[in-house]
Amino acid sequence: MFQYDDKKLKDQLLELIRRAATDLPEDVVDSMRAAWKNEPEGSSARSVFGMLLKNIELAKAESIPMCQDTGTNIYLVYIPEGFSMRKLTALIHEATEEAVEKSYLRPNAVDSITGKNSGNNLGEGQPFIHFEEWDEDYIEFKIMLKGGGCENVSTQYKLPDVDLGADRDMDGVYKVIVDAVNEAQGQGCAPGILGIGIGGDRASSSLAAKIQLYRKLPDTNENAEMAKMESKLLADLNELGVGPMGFGGKTTILGVKIGSLHRLPASFFVSISYMCWAYRRRSMTLNAKGEVTYD
Amino acid sequence: MIKLQLPISEEAIRELKIGDEVAISGPMITARDAAHKYIYENWPDWLKPFMKNSMIYHCGPVVKKHDDGSWSFVAAGPTTSIREEPYEASVMEHYHVRAVIGKGGMGETTLAGLAKTGGVYLHAIGGLAASLAKTVVKVHDVYMLEELGVPEAFWHIEVKDFPAVVTMDSHGGSLHKTIKSQSDKVAKKLIFG
Repeated sequence: MFQYDDKKLKDQLLELIRRAATDLPEDVVDSMRAAWKNEPEGSSARSVFGMLLKNIELAKAESIPMCQDTGTNIYLVYIPEGFSMRKLTALIHEATEEAVEKSYLRPNAVDSITGKNSGNNLGEGQPFIHFEEWDEDYIEFKIMLKGGGCENVSTQYKLPDVDLGADRDMDGVYKVIVDAVNEAQGQGCAPGILGIGIGGDRASSSLAAKIQLYRKLPDTNENAEMAKMESKLLADLNELGVGPMGFGGKTTILGVKIGSLHRLPASFFVSISYMCWAYRRRSMTLNAKGEVTYD
Repeated sequence: MIKLQLPISEEAIRELKIGDEVAISGPMITARDAAHKYIYENWPDWLKPFMKNSMIYHCGPVVKKHDDGSWSFVAAGPTTSIREEPYEASVMEHYHVRAVIGKGGMGETTLAGLAKTGGVYLHAIGGLAASLAKTVVKVHDVYMLEELGVPEAFWHIEVKDFPAVVTMDSHGGSLHKTIKSQSDKVAKKLIFG
């Protein structure tokens, strides 16, 4: 365990939030550019991609949020043994409040009982912070800003699903994913990226699906069967023709990332976390010297 | 690109067809989830001047408050419209609203309402928030900020050349229905072979 300076780390976390909200990761921008090129000249799909790419550049150049829905702020924090989760949580909260003051984040936390917006993006369960201890000698903070539109089309199936003829096997998993993307249409700000969690209980399955979304688009699943499934789904889902914003087009999905957990004999959940094209995920590492790197 | 100046007449709106690209200028008001519920339960008269022959924008902006008390929009893309499906047709009819701007399209009740009232659904590009905020040239005022919070308050704004596409018109046309019926066929083949 090493010492860090509270004030400095709070500022570094603020910078992490700023980057997440205003600067889309390079792998996502590359994928959007490829999608733009792939649509025919004069089509509305091409025009949508063109506008979105300009918006991405503008947000970065002027350091303003690319999307007004700065979403649920989902943190994965990896810590070496001995660090206080409560202290790190407090610093994330401080950075969050300041990010709202600077208009990097929208105040997005509404009391579910009273309907009152807290005004500072903090509240019960917001932001969502998941800690894990690891063997490395540095801390890593991963953040994702996940908008409400795409969260609303995210879903969970339990197999077997009689209506879809989906059994408790990989073919069944394939069927429910196709159904979910078809039902979502453009509502989740297509083109989307899918994080899939197979197995677990209802809660762990959903989290496993979200954790898949921290993978980069060009990576390949270590499990050969799932790697095959990911590329098959990516190709097939783009046959749906939903296109950007649901206007029709060749690109409906930019990536599919699948993970699995053990399950109970009685349960077979498939969780589908749909992420919008504004796939805002960033990470930051902090070492013993107080140095940070951003990705 | 068809230029639309607000306020706008029912006749001008009835000329629009799905697929038309428009650029909107003039005063309009934002309203989303909590605002629609409030309207539906109270039918307030104070909203009438902001709504008549104008448009409702489904948007919860990121804003900046300046030292002189004025506001500007920093990021202001559309939010998903389907959540307002239980209210929108009645709201449009009651206040003579000529269009709603949002994303994702709306359902059968709204589509029927558009034909009856003389209105259209305008699809803005989801997530185009930095660019769309630039078309909001002035924030006239904000209403019920304390009660509803920044994203859900009524923001009375002035836009210039705000881009959108007609995806539901007053003649029963819906691009969303067309795309869905095409993708349903593909999905059925992928699922059932």
